[in-house]
Amino acid sequence: MEPIQIVFLIGAALVLGSAVMVVTRRNLIHAALFLILTLSGVAMIFVLLEAFYWAVIQVVVYIGAIAILIIMAIMVTRNVTGDTVKPFNNMAVWAAMLSVVASGSLIWALSYWPAFDQTAPVADTGEYVIRLLGLELFSAEGYLIPTMIASVLLLAALIAAIKSAFPISQEEE
Amino acid sequence: MIPLSWYLILAALLFGIGLFGVLARKNVIAILLGIELMLNAVNINLLAFWRYLTPGDVTAQIFTVMVFVVAAAEVAVGLALVISVWRKRDTAYADELDMLKW
Repeated sequence: MEPIQIVFLIGAALVLGSAVMVVTRRNLIHAALFLILTLSGVAMIFVLLEAFYWAVIQVVVYIGAIAILIIMAIMVTRNVTGDTVKPFNNMAVWAAMLSVVASGSLIWALSYWPAFDQTAPVADTGEYVIRLLGLELFSAEGYLIPTMIASVLLLAALIAAIKSAFPISQEEE
Repeated sequence: MIPLSWYLILAALLFGIGLFGVLARKNVIAILLGIELMLNAVNINLLAFWRYLTPGDVTAQIFTVMVFVVAAAEVAVGLALVISVWRKRDTAYADELDMLKW
């Protein structure tokens, strides 16, 4: 077994192990901290995929913004009795069976695909790709309109978030 | 060399774990954590396909940009709704939020 494969297996074990902890922990703060571990493992997988830019974005956006936002929301909303309540609903056994069937059938279906065991072609994945990505995102022949729609979506989502999280004033009620 | 199948199996398992979290957890914030896991599995798949099948083309990375944007918007709106519901009903459990049930 090559060293890079061992690194991949360590990263995959980190991702899957902490992901299991995220969905099973009773204490939501612990679940959110394990989510940070999962996201770091995914960033490690991105480095192995030579998508260095995305590893950085993963750390900045997911760990830096989204995970912190989730932890803040947990701290604001946590019930005093929240840690003693059963974390799963009555359908947890069926949900577990459905998840096993879903990932198992995904792997089974993909294993018949001819390119399933392909190895990575030699390619320039450094500065060239990041330059091309920036040019494509902001050129009218490329993906300028989807980029603009995405930015408008973000703005609308943030306005909606501020509006719905804002306390309701007495006059409105 | 790592074959493409390893990444696809990892992403499928991560997606399954996230699906279980979405279906089985009671707390709304825990359901959002499950959605984050599923979106990360999708990102692993997109970047694995980019590296192994079309490394000279950035279309897969454009899709990854969109997934990141939608994930950020979804978390912001979802958490704002959780806070708003918590203010009104003093609960964050999905099975207690039955105002629209008749």
